[in-house]
This record gives sequence, structure tokens and C-alpha cells, in this order.
Amino acid sequence: MENFNYIRPAKVADAAKAMKKAKDGKFMSGGMTLLPTMKQGLASPSDIIDLSGLKNSGVKVGSKSVTIQAGTIHADVAGSKDLKKAIPGLAKLAGGIGDPHVRHKGTIGGSVANNDPAADYPSACLALGATIHTSDRKLAADKFFTGMFSTALKDTEIVTAVEFPIPKKCGYAKFPNPASLYAMVGVFVAQLADGSVRVAVTGAGAGVFRVPEMEAALSKKFAASSLDGIAVKSKNLNSDMHASAEYRAHLITVMAKRAVDAAK
Amino acid sequence: MSETGTGIGARVKRKEDQRFITGKGNYTDDINLPKQTYAYFVRSPHAHATIKSINTAKAKKMPGVVGVFTGEDVANDKLGGLICGWMIHSKDGSPMKAGPHPVLAQGKVRYVGDHVALVVAETKELAKAAAAAVSVTYAVLPHVVDVADAMKAKAPVHDVAPDNRVFNWSIGDEAATDAAFKNAAHVTKIDLVNNRLIPNAMEPRAAIGSYDTGTESYTLYTTSQNPHVARLVISAFHGLAPEHKLRVIAPDVGGGFGSKIFIYAEEVACVWASKHIGGRPIKWTAERSESFLADAHGRDHVTHAELATDANGIITGFKVHTKAAMGAYLSTFASCVPTYLYATLLSGQYAIPNIYAEVDAIYTNTAPVDAYRGAGRPEATYVVERIVETAARELKIDPAEFRRKNFVTAFPHQTPVIMCYDAGDYAAALDKALEMSEYSSFGERKSAAAKKGKLRGIGLSAYIEACGIAPSAAIGSLGAGVGLWESAEVRVNPVGTVEILTGSHSHGQGHETTFAQLVSDRLGVDINNVSIVHGDTDKVQFGMGTYGSRSGAVGMTAISKALDKIEAKAKKVAAAVMEASADDVEFKNGTFTVKGTDKKMAFGEVALSAYVAHKFNSAEIEPGLKEGAFHDPSNFVFPAGVHICEVEIDADTGVTEVVSYTAVDDFGNIINPMIVEGQVHGGIVQGIGQALAEGCVYDKDSGQLLTGSYMDYQMPRAADVPNFKLAFTCTPCPSNPLGMKGCGEAGAIASPAAVMNAVTDALGLRDVAMPATPQTVWKAMQPMKKAAE
Ligand SMILES: Cc1cc2nc3c(=O)[nH]c(=O)nc-3n(C[C@H](O)[C@H](O)[C@H](O)COP(=O)(O)OP(=O)(O)OC[C@H]3O[C@@H](n4cnc5c(N)ncnc54)[C@H](O)[C@@H]3O)c2cc1C
Repeated sequence: MENFNYIRPAKVADAAKAMKKAKDGKFMSGGMTLLPTMKQGLASPSDIIDLSGLKNSGVKVGSKSVTIQAGTIHADVAGSKDLKKAIPGLAKLAGGIGDPHVRHKGTIGGSVANNDPAADYPSACLALGATIHTSDRKLAADKFFTGMFSTALKDTEIVTAVEFPIPKKCGYAKFPNPASLYAMVGVFVAQLADGSVRVAVTGAGAGVFRVPEMEAALSKKFAASSLDGIAVKSKNLNSDMHASAEYRAHLITVMAKRAVDAAK
Repeated sequence: MSETGTGIGARVKRKEDQRFITGKGNYTDDINLPKQTYAYFVRSPHAHATIKSINTAKAKKMPGVVGVFTGEDVANDKLGGLICGWMIHSKDGSPMKAGPHPVLAQGKVRYVGDHVALVVAETKELAKAAAAAVSVTYAVLPHVVDVADAMKAKAPVHDVAPDNRVFNWSIGDEAATDAAFKNAAHVTKIDLVNNRLIPNAMEPRAAIGSYDTGTESYTLYTTSQNPHVARLVISAFHGLAPEHKLRVIAPDVGGGFGSKIFIYAEEVACVWASKHIGGRPIKWTAERSESFLADAHGRDHVTHAELATDANGIITGFKVHTKAAMGAYLSTFASCVPTYLYATLLSGQYAIPNIYAEVDAIYTNTAPVDAYRGAGRPEATYVVERIVETAARELKIDPAEFRRKNFVTAFPHQTPVIMCYDAGDYAAALDKALEMSEYSSFGERKSAAAKKGKLRGIGLSAYIEACGIAPSAAIGSLGAGVGLWESAEVRVNPVGTVEILTGSHSHGQGHETTFAQLVSDRLGVDINNVSIVHGDTDKVQFGMGTYGSRSGAVGMTAISKALDKIEAKAKKVAAAVMEASADDVEFKNGTFTVKGTDKKMAFGEVALSAYVAHKFNSAEIEPGLKEGAFHDPSNFVFPAGVHICEVEIDADTGVTEVVSYTAVDDFGNIINPMIVEGQVHGGIVQGIGQALAEGCVYDKDSGQLLTGSYMDYQMPRAADVPNFKLAFTCTPCPSNPLGMKGCGEAGAIASPAAVMNAVTDALGLRDVAMPATPQTVWKAMQPMKKAAE
């Protein structure tokens, strides 16, 4: 790991300012992704701007939506009693991220900003039609996640919260990579308040994506059997030693059905 | 024997654990010496390449750099290369082809991670930064990463072995075995791969090497399972210094599983280079990714086996051909693992009249392969127990009964492959395991699982292993470069407390507890008044270390022998003090009494008398109470047992869950059942890991290690295993006075076959490759699914 400057601002505006000044700065939330990459020499930022000084943590359940502050650790999302009532599938998702250490350091803001193709949260954001609040604006999830490890965020832009509309019901089924426990295939299925259905898949492709065929079938009838015979083509899916593209394609359907069965 | 108290057979809590679990252990990396420097190794990024040039000029000028060393420096200093300490001869009589293994690469690199240069600096970070500035020019050569391709490789790993074959060794009577196959009623054939594993001890390897310019002697702190062997090799073969000028200390060591037996380049380089930087100590602690790359790996066999049976289902012959990967260099004991530690166990628990096995040991451009928990015996058990199960299925005989029919029942039993089993009751373990696992009602559980969409399978593994290594003369005749006796010294202090100096080494086994239990049992001394000293060549007499489940059967027997001498001497002292004849003195529960009188002395009083030496004639009885012993076993010991595993496979995803696991083991007499259970638990988990999770993968095209971190190498987790059902049977070992066998490796030896027999049973397939990961199982199921459609 190389040396770096360490800054821990207390205000969002100061954090953005510090980033502007830095030669090659990086925001840090839980550090669960950033620090391992620095240790491996894959990233060597000149400045670390630690966002934990912003103290923006908490889950707030409103009448139509739930707003989770960016600095909220996964364990707090998983453990929120209010969230378990409002969007149980989202609480369950958070409880299945990594291991207890990771869940007590990693944050929702860090996770969505990082947009790891194997991360869990992006699937919930996309399926629930979340809005990402940043220091500068509000962005729909459909516009926010732009590809593998890439988002619509500008260099100095900070994720401040994620707002999830409360659905009629939703469910998440994850098939973890057996070694890393990241999602090898994760499917989030949501029936939104207006009755429309969204299905988002993570882990399987270059980034999180929706499956229109499944959404159409489930809109007609929200039941696992509606997905019989519907499979995502393996052509553009990830393939590695843990799972071929064909296996991932197969798992998407299996996990989608399980997500529907689990939907509450 | 009682499970309470502190003597033999008691469930004494581990004395060392308080220290370990509160972070007060003293591991190599915890030690810091004055003026210490830090090492970082430049490693090969290529699987196979010629080194065209190494330029260290820039690195030497980097901040904080104290020294940069390459193969040229090693050669100039005439520092000897790494050795393989067991000579194997091929079938044709030729000696194994050991290629050179310099401490820092000379001319060529042979695997990704091969040690090329050593950079020493004021801090680890500075050393690492300077290492990045060492510029090495390589000319890349073709490489091979698996044994299947290795014998037709374009560029041999070592010139001495043009077809990459280190040796072609055989055991058993080929003609007699062929004849048995001619007359067989049925022949079962199987092809198996025993997957390569990466050891993953919790503590990575580490070393601090230092040179004392005054006494002209070296000290090496290192993560070793056998510091004396390390000193011997570094002295005699590397030629660093004579043994009395080299001290090797292995302090607390956090797990080894075999991987810390070996003498590695990094540790030798650190202690050697210290002299070249004015004697400043050099510390090196492997990063986890270096452990993945450069610790000796385990297993990696490809085997074809055939089993002949007669019309009554009795095994008449067994033929095995194994290709065993050695990696890019022959590690310290690499050659004996796929030969004498493997093929000598191919008789399993069965009376097989004819066995013939051939082993090709093969170089590949990968990390060296050497002993890993079980070393050869898991590989043997895997072949035997998979083919026996397969034969039973083919013959439509219940696998448990097929085994029973073929069990060895009379002892001693001479197998056709060297080993002579001394004692056992294999049917007793089988009966107990069948009962505990509720074997007879398995069908009900299978139907219940099917209703949930799960495929349930059951698998047995009736393993035997040979440990407590080993009779020195016997292994010497087979090519071993060392003897495998063990030593002990018992020092009774004047106040009656006891120090045990042992040549074995604890790195997780709990010797501080079990050895103290033996002393407490024999001398009646409080267990807290016994200390165990090990792991320092300046403190402890020569000893052979810990591996091959030898510290009980061999190490404790040496202690026991020394305790016999202590008792005899103490009786003489007691007799003199109590004015009786030594023959009339009895010793029980820590008290010396004189037959027919009420005279008595406590052990502590006798110890004090021995040291003050007031009450006896020092010309007849020497003062003091200290005795030593060396114990050379007369045979291996033969733990055996039956493990039964049940799995459920999710037909939709291919995920295998171990839902039930029963282990019945015969370890002879047991010193501490709690510690033994812990060893069994750990071993089973490692075996489940091998069967379902762990698989080291090198990329065929690039030669890179793909499973170089926990992101891709799956270790078993607590949640992956069920609660184990354990029990012991006992046939005391006749070859040592304590009647002990060994328990450290049995779990890892037995379990892969039990798990894979269950997996293949669930799927109705002959074989599924280990590790049976979800993807592997899912792929294996596809033809069945297609057929069903
Ligand atoms: C062993 C392990 C297992 C894991 N398993 C899983 C898993 O199963 N599923 C899963 O989804 N994730 C998993 N993770 C990742 C974990 O959830 C991380 O917490 C998450 O990916 C990043 O969150 P963080 O708060 O640690 O971010 P950091 O590591 O601090 O930052 C990550 C990136 O986001 C940027 N960033 C951070 N916060 C902000 C912000 N507020 N605004 C803008 N940019 C920001 C940083 O600059 C950096 O580039 C795992 C991690 C580990 C180490």
C-alpha cells in the first residue's frame, strides 16, 4: 500500500471540495472494497476522503418510500425493524451480504457507488425503482448503474442516500459464489405499488440488468410457475471457473422463481 | 483411565488455549529483534522462463534498501540448494531425477511465484517498493500445469528429466496380480483425480534470520514443525554453518498441516543474507497471496485403478496406476508421499492377496507438492474406498456388507505392499457406525428428501492409515535420508515440578496438555506443575518434529521411557533416604512407600533429596533427577475406522449439503478424548473441504494460479458442515507401551471418499470430480436430466 493523505470532513460540501483539490482522490465509506484493492496495489489514491465523518446513517420509513442514508452499514439495514415490515426483501438482502465483519463496516452508499457486478444492492435498487440521492441531484436507478463498476456519478459527486419506493411485495434470492460469497447470481423480484413487476439480476452479467420477459410473465400472474420455460440467453453472461454462462443462465431462472416464492 | 482428573484419558481443557485465544501467543511475527530489517521476495510472474538478466542497480539505490540478493550471490557464496530427503528408485533401478533447486533462481524460473531475488530494507513497505524496481528480463518458455500434459511437454521443467518424469516406481507383484485378474469373475475399473489443495495454515510462513558477528553463529526463528530437521538440512546441505553454529527456533506455530515440515527457500535466504548485511536480523512474513503461491501444495494425483473379485464377491486383486504431480521442484519429502506413504496403504482394511501399483512422479510448472494432512494416505484411501464402493454397486452387494466380507480379521496381517497391520477390529467399527448413522433406515430419509426436490445419498469410507512414523531402519532401507525416532528429556526440578523437553513440536495439537497428562498420570504431579519445552535447538536435544501423527505414539513413548528411568532413579533415592532396599520401594499416586512399613515420601520430597544429595552415597547414586530417552518405534501404528456421510443435493442448483456425518475411529488408547475429537473434527472438515470446495486451479494457457486468494479458493466454513456423530472403538496398539495410535490425520484421510461415495450415490453416477462444487454437480446432472426429458 502506498502512502496517502487522509481527510475526514464533517460536511458533504467539504468532502466534495477536498476531492476537487486532490490529485487522485478517493471517497471511502466502509473501506471494504477500497482497502483490499489498495492493499493489492490495484489502487493507490493520493488522498482518502473518509465519509464516516458525515455521520449520515439511518433507515427512515415513510408512507410511500424508505430512505436509507448512504453511510448506513449493511447490518443496520438488515436489522431495521421498520424496514423488515416495509420492504422485507431488502432487509433480507442486506443480511446476506458477505460475512458479519463486512456487514458491520460496508455501507449501502459504498456499495451502490462501487457498482460491483456481483454486489447485491444494485439488484434491489433496479427492481424496486430506487432513486439515488447524491450531493448534486437525484438519479433513477435505471440511469445510475451504467455498467461494470461504473455509475453516472461524477468525480466529486457523493451518494448521500438511497430512496426505495415501498412495493406490494418483493423477494430476493441469491446464489453466492462459493468462495467469495458475493452474488454469482442474485435475482430481485418486486411487484410495485402500481402493480407492475420488475426483475433485476446481479452477479450474472457485466452489471445489474432487468429481464423484460420475466417481468411481462409475472405481470400477468405473480407466481413462480409463470417463469417456467423463460430463460435468459447465456451469450452475454459472465463465465468463470465457478460458473459458466450456461450455468448462470440456468440459475437466473431458478433464483427468479425462488425470489417470487419468497416475495412478501 | 478416567474422563475426569488430569491423567491419561481425561478431558482436560487445553492449557495453551488461554494464551492463544487472548492474543498472547508468541509467533514468529510477534518477535522483533534489535536492528531488524525486512525482506521482500521478487517472484516469477511466469510459469516457465529463462532469466536473461536481472538488474538490481535501481532497487539498491531506493530509500531504505539494505541489500538486494539474487541467484548469482547465492552461487558465489556456494550456498547449497534445497533438497529432497528421500531417494526413490525407478522400476528400472535408476535414481529419481532431482533437478537443481537453488535458494534464489539461477538461469530459469519454473513456476509462478518462484523465488528470484531477495530485497532487504528498513521496513517491509520499502522492501516491497524496491522489489518492484528490480528489473528482470525473461524469455518465456512453454509450460505445463497438469500431469496429463506433462509427459509430452515441449520444454521439460528440468533437463535431467526430458519427459518430466521424476521416477517410475512400482510396488507389489505384477505377474501374480495379472494372474488374479485373468481368473477374476468381475473387474471394476475407475479413473479418479485427487484434486490439488493449498494448505492454508492460519499463520502464514515467517522467518527471522540473524547472524552474530561475535560468535560467528546464526539464529533462525521460523514457522517449522521440525526445527532440528531444519537445522540439519540448512547445515549439512545448504552448508550455511555447522550445527553448533546454527540455532533454529520454532516458537508458537499457528497450524502446519504438513506445509511447515519443509525447508523452504525464503527462510534459508533470510538467515543466509543476514551475514551479508553485517548481521542485522532479517524478518520475512509471507503475505497470504504468497502462501497461496509458494507454500507446498498437497495431493494432485490422477489414477486409474482396477479391482478383481471372484464369484463370491471376494477381492482377489488390485491394480493401480497413479500419476503424481511433484510441481516444479522436489520439495523436502515430496518423493515419499506418492510412494511409501501412499501405495503401502492400498490394501485398505481388506485381505487382498495380490496388489500391484505403479507411480509416475511428474514435474509440472506449478508450486512444489509435498505432504499435506494425511500425506499419501488420503490419496490411497480415496482410491481404495471409491473402487470398493463402486465394485459393491456393480455387484449389487450392499457396500457395507461387501466391505465386511473382505475385511482383514486376523492379526498380525501382512499385506502385499509392505505394511504389517498389528491390531484392529474393523467389523466392530463398521457395526457401530452403521448403528449410529441409522444406515438401515436410509431409504426413508431418501424418499423424504425426494419430496423436497433433494437427491439424498449415503457413502461409506472404511479407512486405514499408517502413522506414528516410523521405524528408522525400515524406512532407511526404503530410501529415507533420516531416522524417525523421537527424543525426550524429563527434568525434575528440586521442588518436584517437571520440565519435559521433547523433540516433537506442537502447532495446534495441544502437546502442552496431553504430554503433561502423561506426566501427571505417571508421577502424580499436578498438571500445572509440568511444562513442555519444544521448538528450540539450543534447549532441546535433537528430535524429529511433528507430522505423520507421530507425537503420541513416538514422542510420548520417548517421554514414557524417560519417565521409567526417572521412576527407577527416584526409587533408588527414596530407598536410600528411607533406609530400605530399592526393591521394596513402591511408587503409586505420587508417593513412594516401603513395602510392609508405613514409611513414605512424596515425589517432591524425593526430588529435593536427589538434589541436596545429603542422604545417599554420591559414588553409588548420582545427584539430580533428570533422564533422557530416544524411542525408535518397531512398527507404524494403524488407526482405522468407518466414516459414513449423507448428503442432499439440490437438483435445481447442484448444491451439495452434508446433512449427516458419523465417524467411528479406533485410535487405540486415548490420552485426551476432547483433544482427539477436535482433531477428528478438523480432519473431517478438511476432507469435506477437499471433496466439495477446495480445488487449486492453474490456468492451462497462462500457467497463472487462478485460485490465488479466498475470493476464488473456497475453504470450508462452519456453516458448511453438520454436527458430527463421533465414537471410538479401541484395540490398543501392541507396538508401544501406551497402546496409542495416531489421530491427527484420520479425519482428512477418511472423509473425502465418504463424501464422494455419498455424492455419487445421490446422483446415481460412477464418478463426480472433486471438488464437487455446485457447477460440477450441475454439469454432471445434465446428461441424466436430458435422458429423463
Ligand atoms: C469479504 C467480502 C465479502 C463481500 N461480500 C459481498 C456480498 O456478498 N455482496 C455485496 O454486495 N458486497 C459484498 N462485499 C462488498 C461490501 O458490501 C462493501 O461494503 C461494498 O461493496 C462497498 O461498501 P463500502 O462502504 O465498504 O465502500 P468503500 O470500500 O469505502 O468504497 C467503495 C467505492 O465506492 C466509493 N464510495 C464509497 N462511498 C461513496 C459515496 N458515499 N459516494 C460516492 N462514492 C463512494 C469509493 O470511493 C470506492 O471507490 C464484500 C466485501 C468483502 C470484503
